[in-house]
Amino acid sequence: MDGNRILVIGYGNPARADDGLGPALVERLEALGIPGLTVESDYQLSIEHAAMAAEHDIVVFADADGSASEPFYLKPVGEEPPGSFTSHSVAPGGILRIARSCFDASPAGYLLGIRGEVFEPFTEGLSPAAREGLEAALEYLPRFIAEHRGQADAADPGGATC
Amino acid sequence: MATKASKGKTYTILPVTRVEGHGKVTIHMNDAGVVEYARLHIVEFRGFERFILGRPFWEVPVMVQRLCGICPVSHHLAAAKAMDRIVGGEQLTPTAEKIRRLMHYGQMFQSHALHFFHLSSPDFLFGADGTAESGFAAPPAKRNIIAVAREFPKLAVQGVMMRKYGQEVILATAGKKIHGTGAVPGGVNKNLSVAERDALLKDVDQMTAWARSAVTIARDYTMEHLAELAPFGSFDSNHLSLVRESDGALDLYDGVLRAVDKDRNMILVDVNCQRYLDVLMEEVRPWSYMKFPFLKELGPDHGWYRVGPLARLNTATFIDTDEAYTAHKEFRELQKDRSNNITMCYHWARMIELLHSIEKIRELLLDTDLQGKELLTSGPRREEAVAIIEAPRGTLFHHYRVNRNDEVTMCNLIVSTTNNNEPMNRAVTKVAKDHFSGRREIPEKLLNYIEVAIRAYDPCLSCATHALGGMPLVVELYDAGGGLVARRVRGAGQPV
Repeated sequence: MDGNRILVIGYGNPARADDGLGPALVERLEALGIPGLTVESDYQLSIEHAAMAAEHDIVVFADADGSASEPFYLKPVGEEPPGSFTSHSVAPGGILRIARSCFDASPAGYLLGIRGEVFEPFTEGLSPAAREGLEAALEYLPRFIAEHRGQADAADPGGATC
Repeated sequence: MATKASKGKTYTILPVTRVEGHGKVTIHMNDAGVVEYARLHIVEFRGFERFILGRPFWEVPVMVQRLCGICPVSHHLAAAKAMDRIVGGEQLTPTAEKIRRLMHYGQMFQSHALHFFHLSSPDFLFGADGTAESGFAAPPAKRNIIAVAREFPKLAVQGVMMRKYGQEVILATAGKKIHGTGAVPGGVNKNLSVAERDALLKDVDQMTAWARSAVTIARDYTMEHLAELAPFGSFDSNHLSLVRESDGALDLYDGVLRAVDKDRNMILVDVNCQRYLDVLMEEVRPWSYMKFPFLKELGPDHGWYRVGPLARLNTATFIDTDEAYTAHKEFRELQKDRSNNITMCYHWARMIELLHSIEKIRELLLDTDLQGKELLTSGPRREEAVAIIEAPRGTLFHHYRVNRNDEVTMCNLIVSTTNNNEPMNRAVTKVAKDHFSGRREIPEKLLNYIEVAIRAYDPCLSCATHALGGMPLVVELYDAGGGLVARRVRGAGQPV
């Protein structure tokens, strides 16, 4: 194996201003052409992403966070406990749990939350705060990916904030 | 927050889980503690119709996908169909029409699979108290795909892979998942390559087998629990959908409007979609953000109708694919010559459409027109157009006017969930009357009963941002005077 297979899934609706931070991050990451990195974007997480997650060693879930106090944070995310409510969408922990239950795979999960402020419908573009968070996350994430690609065991120091 | 009941008690369930966006249920009881009526309040975004004004018409099929992260393909195709008429290109080339139909059946397949395996199967598999012996309302800890994956991993894998397959069909035809661009005014912007076709054909047998199995699960569950399911949230109603113009067959992409009553008498006979305003109206009620459509001729009290899988299987004369044809006949046997008015039969009907969709996908993939080179057509320009499509959740109306500068000057949408507004309110009222009268609290099991009734319609109350920290479940209880008695919040990983 060449190293850990890393997947970044950015999700959100770009037509709801900062809600589109996840897809915006993925678009920029894709342009960087980082070796060994798979990227995916969608309006929301859904069950089929578990099949994709199961084919990777590390999964980074990138989403906007309207309550974040810092421009971005990256923290480990575990499997979702039973009992949480569900909708058409699935939480990152749910994706990890489905990956294990259905595909016997246990990728390490990380949640990349990028600070957003504006979530109005039919509003295009990112707010200044969201742009700041996006740039900070993009400055950090390639280093994270490079550091983790070579690690067979994805034990992590615990994420990062900026 | 809560609606005050005059001289009564109001229970508020806000928002509804496993349906999208923000919904609220209020249950109105009188002084004797008997439920008088219940209401489902949905915050519907009407902003798109203003947002799109002044935009060039050719942007609409892409822009309209921003309405909804749940069924963007339905909006994409409905808008494209309308813009076909604007450019005089409604007689699509065979390649363009078949590519669009493939996209649409891919959407139907993944959406129905998601609903059945992810949202509804916990109710079927685990029952009210986790034993699968007492109905269809699983306890909270098991009311999700995660519990299904843990205890029925093979079934969960099928759900995941069917959803994934449908998404791959969409990706191959629409170009991308977010803001797909496949359908354009007068046609499509790409055909399906042989490599793309072969990749999809590789798994079509497996998908068909799983869809067949899903029909069996839904049918057997319905028949085994019929005594309990038949009255649950049920009521007599009219049913409306598109049917194929030439022979009344089920057609999810195009056709004419047909409606039948509770006894399957035809009450709207194959009306051209451009005339929808001649036969339909929308009523505004002061307590609801969402309108209530009805058939003009019958008026608001008697002209409301259901849409979606149950309605489509009631209106269609037959289904034109082999296995779904047989399944439809069996479905019809349950109610003989009447319409099927059993709300919980939506699930069985949905699985028959799942099977029909994969049969159609196979049929299309084997058609060499998909590799054709003629993608676009046009004709005399128009300034107004209506397009109707059968989205997974029901009939979806798009109506536009465009000026000579190519700018959109009017937009009116009636989405599937709006068409089902009155039926969903009636389903909630039926469940509340049957199960809530005389109670002074909302047991978890009964909370889920309300959700089960709404979930049968698979409403899409989407367009609400999903960003981290959003969308908790809040339950509020008010006393007769409108004072808050209790409030409970359920968030991710945090049962009420």
